[in-house]
Order: sequence, then structure tokens, then C-alpha cells
Amino acid sequence: MLERISPAVAANRFGLGARPGELAQIGSQPRDWLRAQLTGAPPLVTDTELRSSAETLARALAARRELRAAKRAAAAERTSQSADTTDAPNQANAIAALTKVGQIYRPVYIAEASARFRQAVTTDRPFVERLTYFWTNHFAVSIDKNVVLGLAGSLEREAIRPNVLGRFSDMLLAVERHPAMLLYLDNHVSVGPHSKAVRLLERRQNGRRRGINENLARETLELHTLGVHGGYTQADVTTFAEVITGWSLGGDVGRLPRGEPGEFLFRPELHEPGAKVVLGKRYADTGYTQGVAVLRDLATNTATAHFIATKLARHFIADDPPPRAVERIASAFLSSDGHLPTVYRALIETPESWAQPLSKYKTPNDYIVSTFRGLELPVDAGRSPLAPFEVMGQRMYSPGSPAGWPDRNADWDGASALIKRIEWADAVGQRVGSRCDAVALAPQLLGNNLTPATQTAIARAASSSQAITLLLSSPEFMRR
Amino acid sequence: MRTLKRREFLHAGALALGGAFLTSRLAFARTGNAKSRFVFIVMRGALDGLAAVPPYGDSDYAGLRRELALKAPGSPGGALPVNGFFGLHPSLTFLHDSYSARELVVFHAIASPYRERSHFDGQDVLENGSSKAHAVQTGWLNRALASLQSGHGQSKELGVALGQNIPLVMRGPASVTSWSPSKLAALDEDTLERITDLYAGDPLLSARLADALAADAIADSAGMPIQVVAKPMRYTEVVRAAAGFLRRDDGPQVGVFDTTGWDTHANEGSAEGQLAGRLAALDAGLRALKEELGPTWADTAVLLATEFGRTASTNGTRGTDHGTATAAFLLGGAVQGGRVLADWPGLSSRSLYQGRDLKPTTDLRSVLKGVLSEHLLVSSSALENSVFPNSADARPIKGLFRA
Repeated sequence: MLERISPAVAANRFGLGARPGELAQIGSQPRDWLRAQLTGAPPLVTDTELRSSAETLARALAARRELRAAKRAAAAERTSQSADTTDAPNQANAIAALTKVGQIYRPVYIAEASARFRQAVTTDRPFVERLTYFWTNHFAVSIDKNVVLGLAGSLEREAIRPNVLGRFSDMLLAVERHPAMLLYLDNHVSVGPHSKAVRLLERRQNGRRRGINENLARETLELHTLGVHGGYTQADVTTFAEVITGWSLGGDVGRLPRGEPGEFLFRPELHEPGAKVVLGKRYADTGYTQGVAVLRDLATNTATAHFIATKLARHFIADDPPPRAVERIASAFLSSDGHLPTVYRALIETPESWAQPLSKYKTPNDYIVSTFRGLELPVDAGRSPLAPFEVMGQRMYSPGSPAGWPDRNADWDGASALIKRIEWADAVGQRVGSRCDAVALAPQLLGNNLTPATQTAIARAASSSQAITLLLSSPEFMRR
Repeated sequence: MRTLKRREFLHAGALALGGAFLTSRLAFARTGNAKSRFVFIVMRGALDGLAAVPPYGDSDYAGLRRELALKAPGSPGGALPVNGFFGLHPSLTFLHDSYSARELVVFHAIASPYRERSHFDGQDVLENGSSKAHAVQTGWLNRALASLQSGHGQSKELGVALGQNIPLVMRGPASVTSWSPSKLAALDEDTLERITDLYAGDPLLSARLADALAADAIADSAGMPIQVVAKPMRYTEVVRAAAGFLRRDDGPQVGVFDTTGWDTHANEGSAEGQLAGRLAALDAGLRALKEELGPTWADTAVLLATEFGRTASTNGTRGTDHGTATAAFLLGGAVQGGRVLADWPGLSSRSLYQGRDLKPTTDLRSVLKGVLSEHLLVSSSALENSVFPNSADARPIKGLFRA
């Protein structure tokens, strides 16, 4: 099969949507353009306003301490107050402290999401950027859990980005240690039933049972590595959960303050003692490194290679990925021990990746970013830079579950979603109208995918605004 | 508190032993099913059936659930009384009213055929109507609608999915539409026409656009606000929108939407707390649905189901992990309610499934078949062949609806 290797496919399917001039820049060797992006250090987000996850959590912990103190003072005030006093300074302080706690995460979220949006629109390594989002979605957390509002962005910056051109096993370990993941999936309070802490507690608090929480262990097996058909059993889930008891955070955790607030801390007193057998292999109890060893083996497991190869093929090729392509990518994963650039190169080499016409329906994220890139729109520094994502139902970092956003056309191509997309395109057209020349832009953004029908429709538009709307609404622009 | 013996069925109301007789009477009583309305609410995240419908009469319940256990009716924060063995979570006041008004059937120890514990595969099975995840790419409800469409030679859309995209349960050969309120100014006619032309060569986009415009026309004439300011679609808005569609004589008969947030792994709470809050919101939405439907409620059935339940005992973080059997609810003016249908297996360690979960004794498809056949008049041959293939073991539950 000789697929024409098209610059438009490179920019729109592998990349984040062509910017004016990008197709010309890609030239006649689109594969080289992609490969070149894989060399050098991975692109980082360098916005100086962004804080580390540890810093955000430390602030939240401090605020909560203030709140507790304020509440105690307010309660004391109430009991000692006489009936006709209306002045209650401590109660006012308590309310202020409560508000302060509630306000810590949201500005962090807005800053992180805006920075990410800006990067997506301006980057000249869009293939690596798209791969970064792929991994963030693979290791998904969701802001419907409040603490994730403050940590989703830093999870991506601290655990995903530095490893996107490295090894899968390094990314896996970085993610499973990250406070965002530990908090999202409740592992920071998961306690081994025979651990020191539980034995201590049982002596002090008769009958109150603590125990393991399976959430992180299960999702690590089901969603991050082997996949749901990867051959693990319920016993493996439970045992793996025991292996990672003690994977927790510094700062206050109940009665166990210690370590740096908001940073990973292995708490041996929470760890379930003893050797463990996971997927038929015995792991000696070496404390923290017991979990590291299990993760290392999961990272290079054949099932993991296939699971990830399938997801990559689904993302870049088709909803039902061609088995040959999956095989090729999985082999690259296995033979390189999860060296990600080798895996990406296999994807680039696979002929099916270049198939035309474009068949993956753009998610709202894809659609918005490609519009901003194509029309060179500024990301609003103003009040609501993230409004388009709200309107089109894909708020950043809000997939709603650790499985991340779905990746099939049918998940995104609903009637109501389409109308919203068109209405938004219309609003964009009205806004930029005379500034942009849709007739000149269309071939710049769509290259050889531009059909005569669309070209004609744009040429015959009633206004330049309408021409933009038609370009953005065209079937070619709806897909990648 | 007495322990329910195994195989003891159905308190407070008799399931007609002459089920076949009842069905044939229904078929005559309804000359067509054009008036029936059905809402399917998917509760995503594995609802804790033992919390929503606590079996406080089971002597093992309190010990398993510890600080999460609900007290018997009468105590502060206790369950709402239902039949002396099961109660309803104190947040579910509207469901309790419905039970008293004989408009609610509660199912317990019920599950789809799925026996693993992955949300995503579990929901897939809940929606695809087979016994394996990803076995088919369509939903049982769409296949049921398809059989009705072909049966009556109809081409109009019988179903609406409320939300931006169509969930699996509503995907398939029958054309259905999706709807959610738009926050943007409407397009001008001319632009819309040109886009319609532009989509002439694209089957997917032209079909979707046509659907969207038809749905907007319904929404518009129902007086629902099409431009809504700034907020994401909230649960009560979804409910109002659903009612708006289903109230119409010439609109869709079936609506689907989902709710989330049921995955209570940590700090689940009991009479108060996380789950209690969500149940209260769900309950309020159902009350609003009944109010908005007005006289249509008398012909309406609402089914709430989730992909599986949660562990019988609590975990180490004051919550529960993924389990198996759970509860389901069927309510509406059309429902013959005021009953709990449960073949209760007990909660002793021997009775638990894999030593950890409530054991399923009823297949959810039995309820689905009962609803589809008696309320929407889907033929039993369609049910057994296309809607729920290879489901002979799941016998339809009859007598769920009033004559």
C-alpha cells in the first residue's frame, strides 16, 4: 500500500492543526518534520506564575490549619458570649478562613489551564504536545474532585512532560508517586491491615477498623498498564494495593505529621508488611522499593505494550485500530523496553497512520486548538480564557473519571455538540471577519484535504465573517 | 429485626401469579403505546445499593457496614420505612412518597450479567444489553426502538438523549437525537443553509445537523430556554429538558440521561455526607421530573440503574469499593408500585459473592424486558432475538405496570 504522505495529515492528525505557513514549512518530507520534534529535551511550560504541586498543597494545608484554629476560637467565643453581644470577631475570622480555603485551588487551575492552552496554540512542536495530552489523558485525573483543581496542571508538568520523550516506566513511576494521583485515587490514606499504624490504632481505638483502599491499585492495572483484559485477577488488585500501602504524602495525615507538606512520602508505618505475589511473581518486602519493582515489571509487560499500542493506534489512526499497526507499535514498545521515541517512530512509519481521508472526528479540544492555531487567535488574558472549553463540554482536566476522555468518534459527534460547534464557529467568524482571508487560509490549513465544494462555498460566502464560519464548519475541518 | 429467608419474595403487594393473563389484558387495554413515556437514567460510578436501600432487617448488615450503617426507621437519621426489612436512605424522600403512593418498585440484589469490576466495561454491558463488554457497538434501548419503528413503519425519532452526545444505550440503527441547551446566539438562516449544502456529501454531518435542528424546533416550541447563560448543563436543567420533550404529544417517547458521582471509595458518609448529598439531589430531580411532566406522569415509567454495586463491608477509607449486586428503581404513574422485588440472598460471609459483595439473584435484563414489553409493547421475539440476544435465562418480570 503506497499512501501519499501528506503534510496536511502531519499537521492536522499528528499535530494540533496547521498554522498558516506550516504546511509549506513541513515541505515534502512530513515524516522528517515529525521525527525532528522527537529530538532534544521535551518542551516544558515555562510560565513563571505556575507553582509546584508541593507549594500548592502546602498553601492549602496551611490555610486549613488556620481554619481549624479560627473555628476553635469561634466556638470558644460562642460559648462565652452573653446574649446581647453582636460583635463576634472570631466568627468573622472563621468565615474568612473558610473562604480562603475555598479560593486556593481555582486560581491555580485557571492559571495552569490557560498556560496549557497558550502552549497548544503557539508551539512549534505540536506532535510532542499532542503526545503529552495523550499521556495526561492516559493517566487521567479529574477536577470534579476538588483537590485535583489545584494539582492537575502540575501533574502534567511535573510527571508527564519531563518523560514524554523518555521511558514509559519512568513516567509510570512519576505519576503513581505524584500527589495528584495519590489524592485522586485515595492512596495516601490506604493502610495495610497488619501495618504498624493499624496495630497501634486498634490498641487505642477499640474496634475502629482501617484498611486498604483498592482504587489506585486497580486503576494502575486496569487503566495505566495491563488494561482490563491484561490477565490480572481480583487477588492481584488486592495484593498490589497492599504493596503500595505507605505511598503517601508529607504534611499532616491524621495523627502522622511528618515530611514536606505535599510531597511524596513513603510511610513505613502504613505499609502492609511481608512479601507479596503479584501476577505470579514474588516481591520481597523492601518497603517502598517493593512497589517500584512491581511497577517496573508492569511497565514492560506484554499486555501493557499491547494496551498502549492499541490506545495510540486508536488516537492516531482509527476507532478500530488496524491490528497490523497495533502489532508494529507494540513490538517497538517491547523491543525497546518502553522507550517512547522508538514507539512514536513506529507510529510515524506505519502506513495506516497516513491514511486519507481524515477519519478521526475532532474532540472539542482538538477543534478549539486547531481554530486558534489556524486563525492565529490570541488566548484571552482577560476574564474567561477557558470559555470555549466550557461551552463545548470539554473543560480542561475534567474527564470525570480516571479512564480519561473517550477516544471514539461516536463519543463526540452528537447532533447537539455539532450545532454548538457551528454556533461557536459563527461567533468566531463574527469576531475576526475582515481580519482573516478565508479563501487564502483554506489551502494553508487543509492542504490537499480541501475539497472543491468547500473551496467554492468559501469563495461564494456573503461576507468574510461567513467565509470563516464556513471554513471552520467544513467537513474537512471537523476531522483530523 | 427478623432475617429474611432465602427465596422469600415481594412484600407489600402481590406479583400476579397469572402474569400471562395480566399481559394479555394489557395488550388489549392499550390499543397503541403512543402515550407511554419512558425515561432511563444511567447512574455512572456504581451506586451503593446497600446504602440507597439499606436492608436493616438483615442481622449481618450493621456489622458489615459499621459506621456507615443506617439505623432502623424511627431513630434520628434512620432509614425511611418501606416494608420492615428494607428501608430507603433518608435522603430519598420523594422515592419514599412514591412508594407510599404505589408508584415505585424497588429491586435489590440485582445486577447485569457482568461479573468483573471495571466501571467502563460494566457500563458497556449495562448499555449494550449483552453479557460481554464490547460484544456489540449498539445499545439495547436503541435496538428496542428500532423494532418499534420497523413494526409500525415509523420514521420519526422515538428517542432523545439529553446531553451533548449519545450514550451507547441509545446508539444503533434507530435514529435518535441528542439535545442540550445552547449558550450561543442562534445562527442566521443564510449561514445555516450554506452549511447544510456544504454537508450534502457527508452522510454523518448532514444527518447530525438535521437531527439538531429538529430537536431545537421541539425545544423552541416547548418554551424551553434555548439560550442559557454561562453554566454547564446541570442536573435539574436536564430533568426539565427531558420533561419538556416527553410532555409533547408528537415528541419522542423515550428519554435517556445520566448522573455521575456514585463512586464512593472514601468518606461515603451514612445518613449525612457525600452519598447522602448526591442522593438528595437525585431525589429532588425526580420530584421535579414528575412535576414538570404533569398529566403525562400517569403514562410515564422511569428506570434508574447502575453498572454494579459496592462491597458489602466498608474499606479502609470509610467508603466502599467496587462490588456486584445492587439496587434499581422503577417509578412513575404507569407503574404498579409499592413493592420491593428481591430474592434476598443474605449478607452472611457464606452468602456473599466471592466473600465480599452482595450476591446477584435477579438479572437486570429481566426488568428491562418487563418494561419494554409491557410499557412500550416491544414484541417478545424482538426482545429475545435482537434487543437482548442469548438472554433466555433472564425471564421477563411481568406485572410491573397498571392495567
